[in-house]
Amino acid sequence: MAWMAWTWPTAIFFGVIAMLLLTFTVLAIKFPETPRTGVLRIETTRGDRLFITLLGSAFINLAWLGLVGDNQPYALGVCLVYALAVFRWV
Amino acid sequence: MEKTVNQKAWFLVLPVLILVAFSAVIPLMTVVNYAFQDTFGNNQFFWAGLDWFDELLHSDRMWDALGRQIVFSAIILAIEIPLGIFVALNMPKKGFWASFCLVLMSLPLLIPWNVVGTIWQIFGRVDIGLLGYTLDKLGISYNYTQDFYAAWITVIVMDVWHWTSLVALLAYAGLQSIPDAYYQAAKIDQASRWKVFRYIELPKMMGVLMIAILLRFMDSFMIYTEPFVVTGGGPGNATTFLSIDLVKMALGQFDLGPAAAFSLMYFLVILLISWVFYTVMTNLDKRES
Repeated sequence: MAWMAWTWPTAIFFGVIAMLLLTFTVLAIKFPETPRTGVLRIETTRGDRLFITLLGSAFINLAWLGLVGDNQPYALGVCLVYALAVFRWV
Repeated sequence: MEKTVNQKAWFLVLPVLILVAFSAVIPLMTVVNYAFQDTFGNNQFFWAGLDWFDELLHSDRMWDALGRQIVFSAIILAIEIPLGIFVALNMPKKGFWASFCLVLMSLPLLIPWNVVGTIWQIFGRVDIGLLGYTLDKLGISYNYTQDFYAAWITVIVMDVWHWTSLVALLAYAGLQSIPDAYYQAAKIDQASRWKVFRYIELPKMMGVLMIAILLRFMDSFMIYTEPFVVTGGGPGNATTFLSIDLVKMALGQFDLGPAAAFSLMYFLVILLISWVFYTVMTNLDKRES
């Protein structure tokens, strides 16, 4: 595994993604849901909303780094607010 | 009768999962790991944090390449989609000529990228190429290795030559699936040619057209071989698109960290645009059904 150049932060990052995927898979099996239409006017399931959240969070982090520059962890706070908004309204 | 639920079938997907893991997921994870580190070779890495992302976001190099890439994709989509539809509308529907046209249209698609690049590189040369020589004799200054506009026009015309037939074939397939009754109804209503196109052919082609746009967008957004063979990214950086710049950074300069950060941002842009296209496509399908 040395060639993959693992570090603790990236390992934790992938661990969190894996846990999220696992949790949402279990949720989908245990509590099946019907897709709903939100503000984007498209049908989304919980999985879709997770995807929109993760993709959007990546852009939020990049935008914070490019525009603000300092205090990168605060970007995670913005991502959290964004995630709540996506799961509530999308 | 009650349906039995057997989740064991999921194991049948396992070979695909393993294949995708080895060909896509593990390399992608490695790229993420590289993006936060620096290396001088010998498999030794040093933590660099967000430095590479910070550096790239504040450098003109990536933004310029991204700008060129977006302009290139927009231009080829704006040419290839209408041209492909136009060709499909004018192709014979039945008989020998229909098959002949289909074979003719498929030919450019069968030629490998680097061969297309080589063909156009020679074709455009002023000393031995038919196009370059003719333009030169007509008194038109054309040199794709030195002139910005000549390089762009060559790369765009080459892509249009190579890929318009894909759009035409997809649009043709969409047109062939329209039942005759629609045209008969339009005839009874004395609908004009434009109205037949606008209200019958275009809506019926929409599904395949979205696939054509998605395919052409993704392909043009990661174009590498053809411009690399013809212009090598030049003159200067005029045709240095994202993937050419990325390869220069990763393999030319061996800057694995910045190149990994670059490719992650490249990947995110492609993922976002592809998701938008996919969502529009599936919603169109749902609305139709």
